[in-house]
Amino acid sequence: MIEKSKIKNLRQRWIRLRRKKLKQSISTNLYKSPLISILKFIEIHFAKFIEICCLWFVILIFTFYILHLNCYAQPISSSELINNAKQYDGKEVVYEGEVIGDMMVRAEFAWINVSDGRSAIGIWIDKDLLKDILYTGSYKSKGDWVSITGIFHRACSAHGGDLDIHATSLARIKSGELKQERIISTKHNLLIVLLGALCLILILRRLIIR
Amino acid sequence: MLLKPQIKDIRIVSYYLGKIIIGLSLCLTLPLVLALSNQEINPAYDLALSFLVGLIIGLILISVFKTDEDLNWMQGMSLVGLSWLVAMFLGAIPLFLSGHWKSYLDACFDAMSGFATTGLALVQDLDHLSVSCNFWRHLMMFIGGQGIVIVALSFFVKGFSGAFKMYVGEARDERILPNVIHTSRFIWLVSITYLILGTTALGAVGMLNGMKPFNAFFHGACVFMAAFDTGGFSPQSQNILYYHSLLYEVVTVVIMILGAINFKLHYHIWMGNRKEIFKNIETITFFITIMIAFFITAIGLSQAGIYPKAVVLFRKGFYQLISGHTGTGYQTIYAAQFKNEWSHLAMFGIICAMALGGAVCSTTGAIKMLRIGIFFKALLEDIKRIISPEISMVTQKFHHIKEIFLEDKQVRSALLITLLYLLLYILGAIVGMVLGNPFLNSLFESTSAAANVGLSCGITNVNMPTLLKLTYIFQMWAGRLEFMSIFVLMGFFVAAFKGK
Repeated sequence: MIEKSKIKNLRQRWIRLRRKKLKQSISTNLYKSPLISILKFIEIHFAKFIEICCLWFVILIFTFYILHLNCYAQPISSSELINNAKQYDGKEVVYEGEVIGDMMVRAEFAWINVSDGRSAIGIWIDKDLLKDILYTGSYKSKGDWVSITGIFHRACSAHGGDLDIHATSLARIKSGELKQERIISTKHNLLIVLLGALCLILILRRLIIR
Repeated sequence: MLLKPQIKDIRIVSYYLGKIIIGLSLCLTLPLVLALSNQEINPAYDLALSFLVGLIIGLILISVFKTDEDLNWMQGMSLVGLSWLVAMFLGAIPLFLSGHWKSYLDACFDAMSGFATTGLALVQDLDHLSVSCNFWRHLMMFIGGQGIVIVALSFFVKGFSGAFKMYVGEARDERILPNVIHTSRFIWLVSITYLILGTTALGAVGMLNGMKPFNAFFHGACVFMAAFDTGGFSPQSQNILYYHSLLYEVVTVVIMILGAINFKLHYHIWMGNRKEIFKNIETITFFITIMIAFFITAIGLSQAGIYPKAVVLFRKGFYQLISGHTGTGYQTIYAAQFKNEWSHLAMFGIICAMALGGAVCSTTGAIKMLRIGIFFKALLEDIKRIISPEISMVTQKFHHIKEIFLEDKQVRSALLITLLYLLLYILGAIVGMVLGNPFLNSLFESTSAAANVGLSCGITNVNMPTLLKLTYIFQMWAGRLEFMSIFVLMGFFVAAFKGK
């Protein structure tokens, strides 16, 4: 009970002090307009608060701007694109992966398929942009690793509803290479053993038939 | 009373199993030659090892259990059920050795999927798989589509009456020609002729699409084998989406439909009886069910609003539908798109199409058109009987190559198989749900596995639980053989333990 009354007293004192300050400021103010007086009052009493608010606001706007600019500038995985196709539909995305299979030229454009290891996505691209690509992924070669920037379509109307990316730029990040095949000696030895076993069975069969 | 199988039964089954294994091993020489000509050294070792393993086992079996006796029904049926399991284990060896499958179980899953012409796959990094191993995947579909036993019947058996029992055991209850061996050879003739035509067509389209000549024709051969045998494997991980071509889709649709047609109907068309297409109960039912299923799917897709243009909706919806209905499983959308973007109604339309399947004596799985047609005819007969005067004699006919009077025996048989298929679909769906998948997705994947389709909504992946992998393997096996041989094989083992 005592603490409550103390707090009440303190609050009343604080209000009185504020009122006093306000009266002083208005009386000392050279401007006669009430609006300017109010603004002056706010400036005096909430200056720091306004400063902090403004700073936060600027930071917030800047962050949003940066985020908006670079929203999809980071490479997006194929599974992210396929699973959230609606979210990315019609937006510019950056997609990275290995060029696999054939580069299928269709007049001025071409289809390439780029796999990031999880899934492959079809890329519709200007054929002139493919000049840098030397290797495409297959059993015998590791394809070039490329970064594609383009517009993502979850059901492209121009291409029969395919999920694809219409590339605006292509950058080769890592060059592919031809793979060297190494013979696994275990397989070689096992093959010799099995050939021996087969010969033995064939000889035994011959002997039994005779 | 169950009679314990005698030594004689085991000897006969083992002897013919040995012959089938040798036949399958010899099939491995085709990809082996391809590996050697393409200078793929490790795949050549893998294929050679598998070939030798098969040949040795086969030779041991035919040497130890040598017999001249013919097969009876129980032996023939058990042999078929068993040979499909053995084929799975043998076919999985080169897959597993390639290192593109995480475990031998995964390789077995893909081998069964291949032989049963399903198309569900657990392969890793398919885009870097060797040409020869990829060819073997598709060849398994071609062999399985014709029937593993038919391979042996056609090339390694000179003629015996037990052939018919094996032929029936592989879910082919119609003889095209009086002799079963001639029938199986005719099936091969049709398939090889279409293989040449289809590969040429797909190769030409591939080249038009900008593919390199070797790749265009290699892909053409692989895609033909998987499409005609309503399998669904493809040489690249994106399936048919890899080609980005309307023409490619059109050609594959034609091949899929050809594969879903009864070989008996093929024979009559080849013999000049083209009117049969328009009169046959199976083609009529097929046409009607496609229309109904597409209507459901199209409504579902327009509800989902993913395809704003009608042409695009038709292209995507119709392709997946035909692929599902013929039991092929080719996709022009990603698996995740089914569950994420297609509405439940659209998925339901595809499930219905998958559950129905193509024609009997074709390469498709599922309930099949003849049975659906018979149901409707039986229903029509019953309605006629009710509305006709009591003293009138009501009969119902249907046209399947010739006019046939509908009998209760046919209806009962069709109903029994349909019921078993429905149970199989539900079994897989329950297992899927028990393992935490939603109902519709589980039903979709289960129907796809049991009806040997291969469309996937994403449940089938390398990380799925072992129990689900085993369930799908069982479903593919049982669905392809239409149950009887599997029940007989189970009976064979039960009798071995409990029989007197």
